[in-house]
Amino acid sequence: MPTLTIDGQKIEVDDGTTVLQACELLGIEIPRFCYHERLSIAGNCRMCLVEMENAPMPIASCAMPVGDGMVIHTNNPQIKQAREGVMEFLLINHPLDCPICDQGGECDLQDQAMVYGKDQSRFEENKRAVKEKYMGPLIKTIMTRCIHCTRCVRFAIEIAGVDDLGAVGRGEDTEITTYLEKAMPSELSGNVIDLCPVGALTSKPYAFTARSWELRKTESIDVHDALGSNIRIDCRGAEVMRVLPRLSEEINEEWLTDKSRFACDGLRRQRLDTPYVRRNGTLQPASWNEAFDTIAARIKATTGNRLAAVVGDLADAESIVALKDLMASLGSPHLDCRQDGAALDPSCRAGYLFNSTIAGIENADACLLIGTDPRGEAALINTRLRKRYLAGGFNIASVGASLNLTFSVENLGSSASVLSVIADATHPFASTLKNAEFPMLIVGQGALNRADGAAILAVARAIAESVGMIKEGWNGFNVLHTAAARVGALDLGFVPGEGGRDTAGILAGASNGDIDTVFLLGADELDMSQLGKAFVIYQGSHGDAGAHRADVVLPGAAYSEKSGTYVNTEGRVQRGSRALFPPGDAREDWAILRALSGHLGSVLPFDNLAQVRTRMIEVAPVLAALDEIAPAEWGSFGVAGPLNDTNLSTPIGDYYLTNPICRASLTMAECSAVYSVTEQEATGAHG
Amino acid sequence: MLRDEDRVFTNLYGLQDWGLAAAQSRGDWDGTKSLMEKGEDWIVSEMKESGLRGRGGAGFPTGLKWSFMPKDTSARPSYLVVNADEGEPGTCKDREIIRNDPHKLIEGALLAGFSMRACAAYIYIRGEFHNEGNILEAAIDQAYDAGLIGKNACGSGYDFDVYVHRGAGAYICGEETALIESLEGKKGLPRLKPPFPANVGVWGCPTTVNNVESIAVAPVILRRGATWFSSLGRLNNTGTKLFCISGHVERPCNVEEEMGIPLKELLEKHAGGVRGGWDNLLAVIPGGSSVPLLPKDICDTVLMDFDSLKEVKSGLGTAAVIVMDKSTDIVQAIARLAKFYKHESCGQCTPCREGTGWMSRVMDRMVDGRAEPYEIDMLLQVSKQIEGHTICALGDAAAWPIQGLIRHFRRKIEARMDSAPKPSNASDAAA
Repeated sequence: MPTLTIDGQKIEVDDGTTVLQACELLGIEIPRFCYHERLSIAGNCRMCLVEMENAPMPIASCAMPVGDGMVIHTNNPQIKQAREGVMEFLLINHPLDCPICDQGGECDLQDQAMVYGKDQSRFEENKRAVKEKYMGPLIKTIMTRCIHCTRCVRFAIEIAGVDDLGAVGRGEDTEITTYLEKAMPSELSGNVIDLCPVGALTSKPYAFTARSWELRKTESIDVHDALGSNIRIDCRGAEVMRVLPRLSEEINEEWLTDKSRFACDGLRRQRLDTPYVRRNGTLQPASWNEAFDTIAARIKATTGNRLAAVVGDLADAESIVALKDLMASLGSPHLDCRQDGAALDPSCRAGYLFNSTIAGIENADACLLIGTDPRGEAALINTRLRKRYLAGGFNIASVGASLNLTFSVENLGSSASVLSVIADATHPFASTLKNAEFPMLIVGQGALNRADGAAILAVARAIAESVGMIKEGWNGFNVLHTAAARVGALDLGFVPGEGGRDTAGILAGASNGDIDTVFLLGADELDMSQLGKAFVIYQGSHGDAGAHRADVVLPGAAYSEKSGTYVNTEGRVQRGSRALFPPGDAREDWAILRALSGHLGSVLPFDNLAQVRTRMIEVAPVLAALDEIAPAEWGSFGVAGPLNDTNLSTPIGDYYLTNPICRASLTMAECSAVYSVTEQEATGAHG
Repeated sequence: MLRDEDRVFTNLYGLQDWGLAAAQSRGDWDGTKSLMEKGEDWIVSEMKESGLRGRGGAGFPTGLKWSFMPKDTSARPSYLVVNADEGEPGTCKDREIIRNDPHKLIEGALLAGFSMRACAAYIYIRGEFHNEGNILEAAIDQAYDAGLIGKNACGSGYDFDVYVHRGAGAYICGEETALIESLEGKKGLPRLKPPFPANVGVWGCPTTVNNVESIAVAPVILRRGATWFSSLGRLNNTGTKLFCISGHVERPCNVEEEMGIPLKELLEKHAGGVRGGWDNLLAVIPGGSSVPLLPKDICDTVLMDFDSLKEVKSGLGTAAVIVMDKSTDIVQAIARLAKFYKHESCGQCTPCREGTGWMSRVMDRMVDGRAEPYEIDMLLQVSKQIEGHTICALGDAAAWPIQGLIRHFRRKIEARMDSAPKPSNASDAAA
């Protein structure tokens, strides 16, 4: 381990550390633009110059590996002058339009110019102007501001795995572009906005809407996929202005998917802000009491056995436990949280979790994808897989539709029957898995929401067991969920009770009249036409499929408006915070259920959030440990049976339109039009 | 003056054929096998003792550079890359070597490659040298056919391939790491050092990049001995050197001379002297466009070698001597060089990308006198802000000509400003 001296302080660091990293360890701040710890080193901005004794000229600290006995000076007049020189060069062709720049207030160039900038310009020539580049509906470009740090290019190539960004031209005519000016074809494109140290790449939907210092920042958890990415919700007044990622090494590192980042305008459109009751065939605004009384009258007229409840994809654990207790008090066993009918087995927790953990992907050395498209279902898992793939020595194969991922995957076949061949170890990939030290598999919801889902689950378990995925310290069996609420609901047992019906059973019962009242807690992905003549109570935040079908609508809170507990696909329990209040008469969901229970004469035994959570932990003790993962015990799950020969497919139809929030978002609609409708499919109706 | 028997490049002017038979009659490929049999270490130590300094401009000792290559090539192969991307304005020595004496280069590539355990040499030739590239390829074919390179090169048991790669016209690709990038098929952007090419070069493998002239003189040095070579020239500046004399001389030419020859003698003996006599001399750029110019009073006495020119704050560079007599508009001449560096900056790192354009524009104004006296110091400062702060040496190359101009001809710039018609306020408003 080399020892070096930085500004008179001695420090011992690991081999391969750079001088800049060593300085950071000592708390010495080195200015930089191009350097980013998750990207390759470019060394092109020259802002991080430091003096190394015995070197003829200053060195770029970001790129210089430490050496034993090095003596570094970071703060002498020559270095300050060198950095001032670089800053001057960066500013001569920069427009200095900070007052109208969306990066203003959170701009690296602005901040560092405060230290290294001069108060006057010596540059008397004309400044360079650069044409804007089209990068899609999410990224606004003002390329005159670009300082050519190439962070965005490196992100696109290295992390996102798309080659569509690059620099053309040379010298001062260098321009960052998408070459053909096509939208950047990545679900992670928004991250280049965060990476851009100046205002060259900014958020298009957020353009000119707010200044960073006006925003109220709330740390929370994302619900647009099942990863529970750590986010920061920035609000002004009663509006969510933008969503940004928060550092979480275990889940999203510092990235965020475009859906999670840009669907936030959906939080202020199509909102249910008052209760509705269907009168004479149309939904009409009503008071809470009218809505509750209508429900109470209906419940009184039916029996528990004719009553059912389905939990949707975005529900928080608090409202799920409240609904579960309410249904129990009404005597209904017909509960389900698996809207898509996935054959997840609630009896064994390891059977529905992403056991290897997301960060654990980096330890794996072979992977089998079963009926999943990680890029669409959880783009950040795809990013981890790519990261692992780039590290080398990672065999990855898939069973299912051919995939367009950001790394190469061997397709073993599209039909589920391949799985039995792998399970009985006659398939060559079985030996690949067997020879791997840390093999893993990922089962997608597309494999489980079929008629033979339970059999696929069983055969996946057989594969995991036969190739040695389950061992001390490693569990390579992974289920990839698409719904943020799913794991929490399974943990809480929101599944059919004794003699209860599952989702398919509930829909069948509603069609034929056996079920006459259905409670939908944010469940919008069902085929509403199958609900027949049933009386439908919909509680949720958005006027989507469920509310359109409902007879009574109870306006609930979106994820940004409540302090909710979510369990991600790994089984990690996380708690989001309320960034603002629900609009109008809408209320937090557990409180609505608590109030409804009073009208139904079976009062739920909690009056505040703390009591709900106590009850929640009582039902599912695993929910007590926040931000932690306890390895789930392996057991038996799935039902062995014949595999259906139809092709496996992903449940994600349109990545940008998977839930009520993104379906209400204009930005997501635009993305869908740009990315999901290919030129061949587009017709005149596509504008 | 260099004696004829000490000349290395005996067909520099193309008076004889470039082909293999003629080359052999001039002594090339003579006993190559026996040189190889003396061993890799012998070759490297001989090169070290000869005192040969790289002929591409930086003057790094060639033998020392070769000795950096790893001894063990079992994990990664080693490569020799020959830099024939001769783009420095004023320089045309490598072109003549390839045009008229390509076998010297090919034999040198074999011996150099052998000494560094390289499996192949890539000769990266400037794209504009189309005919020279054809000659080089034909010469390589001749050498293959004669069994001099390829499998069992020269019967030595050593396998060695030589490939030609044509550039596409970017000056920056003459920078060794940009050349490597370009060779790999990428945009020619210089790499950060460390790691140096001897550790991570072409395709991540150990690589040595040498100038054509450095490689081409190696076989003669090995045949005639290090002491012969080091007996020529001065201490630390040994041997012979090709000088490319252009500009205001009676007979512009390429000539091989001993290192350390006085500049005046070089010009008068070989180029017929300065046009209009020595006293008509204004300035000389002694080593290609990137080194600072020298005014006449220094040219009177300066010696043409690395250390002597460094002492007068210039450099030998590629030894491309650009002579300017008193008819020269020296400000415009340097402004033209500034424009060249602006055009050829790769745009990767900040000081060069932004600074070359700034300097070029200020220089353009100074040509017309449309500048204020304080801007001279500002320009000097800007050039210092670029120098030493960039990834590659192009930043320095862009800064030096301007620094040389200001150092020696500040009065000329100021006089230009004084005599320039001052714009009236009315025309200001109209503009």
